[in-house]
Amino acid sequence: MNLTLKIWRQKNQSDKGGFKEYKVSDISKDMSFLEMLDVLNEQLSDKGEDPVHFDHDCREGICGMCSLHINGKPHGPLQTTTCQLHMRSFNDGETITIEPWRATAFPVMKDLVVDRSSFDRIIQAGGYVSVNTGGVPDANEIPIPKRIADEAFDAATCIGCGACVAACKNASAMLFTSAKISQLAMLPQGQVERKERAEKMIAQMDAEGFGACTNTGACSAECPKGISLTNIARMNREYFSAVVSSENV
Amino acid sequence: MILDSKIPDGPLAEKWTKHKFNVKLVNPANKRKYEVIVVGTGLAGASAAASLAELGYNVKAFCFQDSPRRAHSIAAQGGINAAKNYQNDGDSVYRLFYDTIKGGDYRAREANVYRLAEVSVNIIDQCVAQGVPFAREYGGLLANRSFGGAQVSRTFYARGQTGQQLLLGAYSALSRQVANGKVKLYPRTELMDVVTVDGKARGIITRNLITGAVESHSAHAVLLCTGGYGNVFFLSTNAMGSNVTAAWRAHKKGALMANPCYTQIHPTCIPVSGDHQSKLTLMSESLRNDGRVWVPATVEIAEKLRKGQISPNDIKEEDRDYYLERKYPSFGNLVPRDVASRNAKYVCDEGRGVNETGEAVFLDFRDAIRRDGEDTIRAKYGNLFDMYQQITGDNPYQLPMMIYPAVHYTMGGLWVDYNLMTNIPGLYALGEANFSDHGANRLGASALMQGLADGYFVIPYTIGDYLAQSGYDKIESDHPEFKKSEKEVKDRIAKLLSIKGEKTVDHFHKRLGKIMWDYCGMARTAEGLTKAKAMIKELKKEFWTNVKVLGDNEELNQSLEKAHRVADFIELGELMVDDALHRNESCGGHFREEYQTPEGEALRDDENFAYVAAWKYSGEGQEEELVKEPLIFENVKLTQRSYK
Amino acid sequence: MSWVTKTFNSTLGQKLLMALTGLFLILFLVVHLAGNLQLLLPDEGESFNIYAESMASNPLIRVVSIGNFAFILIHVIYSVVLTRSNKKARPVNYAVSKASTNSTWASRNMGILGTVILLFLIIHLRGFWYEFKFGELPTAVYDGVTYKNVFAIVSEAYSNIAYVIVYVVAMGFLGFHLSHGFASAFQTLGLNHVKYSPLIQKVGAGFAIIIPALFALIPIVMYIQTL
Repeated sequence: MNLTLKIWRQKNQSDKGGFKEYKVSDISKDMSFLEMLDVLNEQLSDKGEDPVHFDHDCREGICGMCSLHINGKPHGPLQTTTCQLHMRSFNDGETITIEPWRATAFPVMKDLVVDRSSFDRIIQAGGYVSVNTGGVPDANEIPIPKRIADEAFDAATCIGCGACVAACKNASAMLFTSAKISQLAMLPQGQVERKERAEKMIAQMDAEGFGACTNTGACSAECPKGISLTNIARMNREYFSAVVSSENV
Repeated sequence: MILDSKIPDGPLAEKWTKHKFNVKLVNPANKRKYEVIVVGTGLAGASAAASLAELGYNVKAFCFQDSPRRAHSIAAQGGINAAKNYQNDGDSVYRLFYDTIKGGDYRAREANVYRLAEVSVNIIDQCVAQGVPFAREYGGLLANRSFGGAQVSRTFYARGQTGQQLLLGAYSALSRQVANGKVKLYPRTELMDVVTVDGKARGIITRNLITGAVESHSAHAVLLCTGGYGNVFFLSTNAMGSNVTAAWRAHKKGALMANPCYTQIHPTCIPVSGDHQSKLTLMSESLRNDGRVWVPATVEIAEKLRKGQISPNDIKEEDRDYYLERKYPSFGNLVPRDVASRNAKYVCDEGRGVNETGEAVFLDFRDAIRRDGEDTIRAKYGNLFDMYQQITGDNPYQLPMMIYPAVHYTMGGLWVDYNLMTNIPGLYALGEANFSDHGANRLGASALMQGLADGYFVIPYTIGDYLAQSGYDKIESDHPEFKKSEKEVKDRIAKLLSIKGEKTVDHFHKRLGKIMWDYCGMARTAEGLTKAKAMIKELKKEFWTNVKVLGDNEELNQSLEKAHRVADFIELGELMVDDALHRNESCGGHFREEYQTPEGEALRDDENFAYVAAWKYSGEGQEEELVKEPLIFENVKLTQRSYK
Repeated sequence: MSWVTKTFNSTLGQKLLMALTGLFLILFLVVHLAGNLQLLLPDEGESFNIYAESMASNPLIRVVSIGNFAFILIHVIYSVVLTRSNKKARPVNYAVSKASTNSTWASRNMGILGTVILLFLIIHLRGFWYEFKFGELPTAVYDGVTYKNVFAIVSEAYSNIAYVIVYVVAMGFLGFHLSHGFASAFQTLGLNHVKYSPLIQKVGAGFAIIIPALFALIPIVMYIQTL
């Protein structure tokens, strides 16, 4: 098929940037979306033009590195990662608009590449259990009801791609933050630091400049891993009970 | 040159305990005077960086991805082995050791493998304490499954995302140390060179992938945890960014590369759909428990199928060749990875491949669905079937799946001693980047185990031994050796940008991949390898005169990043061919057609090849020098595999 | 910064205020509706006028009504604060957005809905509350006691078709606002549970239709009565 691509080009973080149109032809329906961009880039390189920069790595939907706001939706029309989106989801002759994630906390580095280190800093604020290597109890000394383990697992499948932020009209990172807070709040291993974790991670989330949640549900609807909104409710509970009962004045 | 593997004396089961006692310790107050560089933040890198920082060392951690959490360990699906014997089914440290040594076709060190089995139990405890949500039974205890044909259930798993969960655990430990100020993180930073001063590794040169800045970082020790080099084949299940550059730079600085030809090819991957293909996707091996592998019995039927004149469901039972069941009646579709892979290649070479490219075989669930019902199959494999449908557009409940083998893991890597140190003092290699524990073939669910064993439980002990003896004098990063390396790196960048040739980097990478796959892939011959060597030499020449790298250094420049990586892959490719050519036997992930049993099985030559082939770089354009480390087996008896 | 100010400066603290004040205002709507439905009783406004007087003279109700104004104010102020910080979180908008595929229109436009409701509230308060408090109202005598005849100004207002239309349209906006706000407040409070959330969703949806519809019914019926 033949397509028109309207792609955001921006030389670097300080550049203003703008859209540019490209044509690609003979695109196979079996190509992944990123392979289609590979074709475009080979074409651009042949002409001596700078290829379109975009983030990607595993190309199997798990590393969370790929992004792209495609035709008005993060990761495109399906609820999956861009690398798992295939061209059969598009029609011949279609114009596809490709934009970077848009958020203050995700500055554009070049073209479609954004900096998501704000997510790392949220985790650094408390998204862990403070155990050193060695000296831990036997794994089976911590029994965990299967239902709890499964629910914690569901929260833990977050790939940190940032689609939740990209989808949210407020560029809020609550789904991401709540997934980690939830996972550890549900598990016995997370109890010791439970209150402190909630307070610190949320403070960091705010400091990064993400917006607030207005419960539109867009994040969960677009999340490639289907992380549930119940995590946000749980985070809210965790936070409120932490601020009223913790001893951090 | 003689390689000293530094394996401790004494009985196998006591070596590690004894060694831990004998190593020198660094005084707790002095640990903060040492700096350690960790390159790569996968399971090995993240766990090592976190553990060393917890001990008090100052760590700098580097990764080329935008976050340490994205390292390719994240994509491991199946699980992680540990000799916990929670299932009371006869597992033990010795059995895990034995299975691993045997699975590796007797080309690994006994002592290393035993230690791996020994610390495997600690890994599970550590991960659970971190909050890794492993699968559990209704009683709340951990669940296990049998994996990759193992006779015991020793695999711990988190649905099909075990690698992800383990990596996020290690990443969280790493993040905690970043918050504590003990680890400084350098994401989007790529290693360009290893710097040695007075024969010791004292730092690295990096390129900031956003600004292009070439920088020097000095330290007392350097850990390379940079994964495998499967992308030398262009198409593999590795991530797009996975590369050999760190290991190869170290190799060119004197570190030996061991057994580079040992390549694991995974039989159940989604086939290539066309020239545009950029990477291959693995599907869990568990599919072979219920799926039946077949191709049409004749080339004529296969041709009709490829032209789309008939549908696979039209092919009558007698026209189907269930070749694995036919050739291996007792193991059938569950033969080991290498056997399944090779046989798929054979039937496709005969012209009986089933997709448009002729490089695919069927994995059919029709009979399983008839027997157990679609719901049962959906419950077992639903997510895999969905993934397959998403990628191929075919519904595997109605049409047989198509699969083809793909490069998945590389057992070879930097040569390391028992302490995980390369032959360059102070330079370590951990995880898939080293060669140490899997021999010629890796068992399922063992890669995660090795990465975490190295990072959590081996390096924290062994690095102290080296540091305690080497003093904590600091070398400034403007030392002449750093300046010299920096200049070399800048020159190389300038050279790549100045060629301004006709062909893109990917063009060369694809050509290299094809040479490697055709001649140094699933089945190798002396003739093919000789031919490949000449082709790679030619390709290298052409690359350095005709590659087109656009843009500048001082910006985010993905073509330049790839150019560095592909240049190194080309050189590695040549060494892999050399290694495959010299090893006149077949073993595990190295199959030479000249050396097989009458039944077509790998034929080892223990008398002449029971050694580690470590290669020493001898200068630009020179043949590499082979250094042998003999493998001594005192505890296991070498036997021939048979799956008939 | 004390922990209290820190909490209410955090996004979650501010959302908590939005949710709590919102829920109180929802409760107020019910009480207000119950009183207003008396306008439809066929007693020439007697019950309604007595009710209005009793509300105005009850000290408890007066405290609550001050609280009510305060809550409206907090709800408005924090909505402005949050909207501003939310806008700041995405300075560059997408050229193409298909938000309609992932969220409801009301959930994305609470600010606009709220602003319209606020404007209506000003008109509403000027028309009735202000008149009742500070204006010169006709009186009515029941059982020898003199009451302000609020009913009279209400029925006069509702004889004006323009006024009726404003009211009915405003109730439409209120309905949309509630359609998201009701369940959203519970989610913000952390009350999301497999057992109760479906119920909250259903009650919220019903509430968003029934309450504004009954409010809108009053001017419509009264207008028809004047014909």
